[in-house]
Order: sequence, then C-alpha cells, then structure tokens
Amino acid sequence: MNLAKIKEILKADLIVGSSLEREIKMICACDLMSDVLSCVQTRFSSLLLTNLIHPQTVRTAEIAEIPAICFMRGKEPQDLTMDLAKKNDIVLLSTSFSLYEASGRLYEEGLPGCSEYREAK
Amino acid sequence: MSPYVKAPKIRELGYELKVRDAMDRNLITVQPETPMSKVRGVLRSNRISGIPVIDKDKLVGVVCVEDLVNWLRAGADNCSVEEKMSKNVVTLYTDEPLIHAINKLEQYGFFHFPVLERENRVLAGTITREGIIRGLLKKLEIDYREEEIRHYRASHVFEDMIADKTSLIFQYYVVGQDFNRAGESASALKKTLKRLGTHPEIVRRAAIAVYEAEMNLVIFARSGEIIVKVDPNQIRIEVEDSGPGIPDIEKAMQPGYSTAPNWVRELGFGAGMGLNNIKKCVDEMNVTSTVGKGTRVEMYVATKKESVSYEVKGTG
Repeated sequence: MNLAKIKEILKADLIVGSSLEREIKMICACDLMSDVLSCVQTRFSSLLLTNLIHPQTVRTAEIAEIPAICFMRGKEPQDLTMDLAKKNDIVLLSTSFSLYEASGRLYEEGLPGCSEYREAK
Repeated sequence: MSPYVKAPKIRELGYELKVRDAMDRNLITVQPETPMSKVRGVLRSNRISGIPVIDKDKLVGVVCVEDLVNWLRAGADNCSVEEKMSKNVVTLYTDEPLIHAINKLEQYGFFHFPVLERENRVLAGTITREGIIRGLLKKLEIDYREEEIRHYRASHVFEDMIADKTSLIFQYYVVGQDFNRAGESASALKKTLKRLGTHPEIVRRAAIAVYEAEMNLVIFARSGEIIVKVDPNQIRIEVEDSGPGIPDIEKAMQPGYSTAPNWVRELGFGAGMGLNNIKKCVDEMNVTSTVGKGTRVEMYVATKKESVSYEVKGTG
C-alpha cells in the first residue's frame, strides 16, 4: 500500500515529504526505540507509528531505514525533528487517531506487523 | 517512427519496463447507463480525456472528449453513455512491454488506452502519455542513482592500496547528555560504510549496534569515543566512555534491566534492551567496565559475503 492511501486511512496531515508514492509493506507501532531497532526488517519498507516527536525518532528511523513516520493524536514535531527528516528524506505524517486506533485501522486494511511480514514468493 | 523511440536509451527502457509500471491505477470509470450529461463533469474533475465504461467488471467501451463534443454538436439529447461511447476499444495488457503502449499511442493517435489483466481481462488501469513519461523518468532516476552510488563507492581503496594488510580507521567523538545530537556518529558511520560498498545488511547491523552503544554513552557518560576499524573481512567497533561504569555486567545484559533515568525513558530509550540489541546485531561482543572509571564495549561484525544473514538472531 502506498503512503497516499495510508494518509487517507489515517486522515493524516503531511508534515515533511514530497512524494507519497512510496510502498509500505508493514507497520511498526511503538514508543520504545530499542524495540523499533530490534523488530524492523529494514530491507522492506515499513511505517513507524509513534507518540514520540523528538529528533531521536527520526534518527532511529534513519538507522533502521524506515522511510516514513506517523505521529499520533495530532502531535506536531519540533523544528529539529523536521529538519532531520528533510535531510534524510523521511516522510512525516500526523494523525489525530491514537496509537491503538491507527494501528487497528491499518491492520484491518491488511498491513501486517513487522514480525509477521513474509515476503511474497 | 515515434519521437520517443528514436532515442536508443528510451527504446531500451521501453522494453525493460512493463505497462503496469507506468499505468495509472486510479480507476475512474462510468457505467453504460450513466447519462451523457454527467461525462463532462467526470472528465473535468479528474482532468482526464477519456473514461473506460464498465459493465459488471468487463470493459465494454470508452467515452472520450471527442464523443462528448460530437454529442454536444448533435444537440446534446438525453441519452446514456452506451449510445455514444466507442465500442471497439484498443487495449493493452499489464505485462506487455511499455514500448507497445508507446507504439500504439503513436499508431492510433489516441491519448489513453485501458489496461487489462491478461488472465481475466479485468480493467487494471489506464495508460496515458503523461504516465509513460513519468514511468520513464522514474526509471531513469533510479538508474542514475544506482550509477552514482557505484561511482561514489570507495570499496576499491582496499584493492588499490598495496600492503600485506589494509585497514581503515574512523573515529567519532561523542558528547554525553546531549540528546539532540545523539546518534550522529551512528548516522555518519552508516554513510561511510555505505560508501565503502559494504553489504547493506552489514551496514544496518553495524549502524544499529553503534546507535545503541552511542545512546548508552549519551545517557550515562559525559563524553566518549567510538573507534571503527574496517578491514576487508570484518568491522571492529570500540565504544569507550569515562562514565560511571557498570557494577554488574551480567545483570545489565538481561533484557529489560535498566538503570536509565526517567527523562531518558520518556524519550523512548533506556528500556533495558540496548545491550541485548547490540548482541543480536554483532558476531562478537565484549563488555568491560570499572565502576567510577568507565565502560568499554567492543564488537565485531564479519563482512565476508557468506556471513551475511537476513535472519534476525534468536530474540533475547
């Protein structure tokens, strides 16, 4: 599913990023950055759903090669977070849903979690 | 001959790309019974020049601007799309090379073609000149990027240097307690390893390990250093700080064990998974620490091809 469709499902605002054509194959919904680093199979495109809006969230995404982050409950990140996202070509979205509600909506649409994703043969 | 096809590179890409790579999947359709008076609005609001007409999943025709103009000129009678649409529709299949689409557009002078799935002839999208240009440009951009990476790659340094053994050393200085800058070393190392042509999976593992170690350093120490030694077979990473030290390393290695202060936890770190994560990413890891003096984490990542594994090692 591409980011444009996800943006629609989550009724999200685009904060940073120009292209929403990127394919997202799995979701990582998490507020623990170490868990993000340990669970994401980075060679596939994943989207990180999180409540954390500080620059380290983007840094974590960069290291784990996560191309997009969506913040929950309408939170808007600091300037530093946005700058870092621009520099690393990471898309930032913001939704008014909570982490549970956003996860549920995307799971319902068939997007798997990062530990259950299997590459189609 | 089509002006597209004269350029050999475009012809090459036209065979490489499939129709599905350039088609527009946004399906805007009408039914045979849709009144003609609605067609103008659909064309205009979607900024398209033709609409596939669908009857129970099957493509039965196309209604385009020309049909609309003819209908208007003939007096705009109240009638359905079915009466005015073009029924002999030229279509393409998703798995055809893009060059077929380019040739057909040229041959018929149309602006768009419906695209069908070969096995069930269900409408999958439409192909337009705009879509073809976009598809070609996207492919060119990807090719260009790959070429640029290849060009930039410094992996040949190992072959160019004449010595019995060649290693590269990268050093990073880390400032403790500065959370906004934490991770800069890991980020810089990641870019450096990529330039060296290191396998992406190895880059990722090394970057995650260094990032976790760097976070620990920033949380607990005032300052520290990361020294990375890269040779053709392995990467050795040493993270050393002059922090408070770890009294019980065995305990610190346990998943979930943490002594991190609350402000760190609020930022999503310090959940007691750091050392554990490092262990999962590297091939060998040694932690030595003296209370009151500091901590030293030494890790090795093998870079030989056979050691590249996509599997995540057993979760701790």
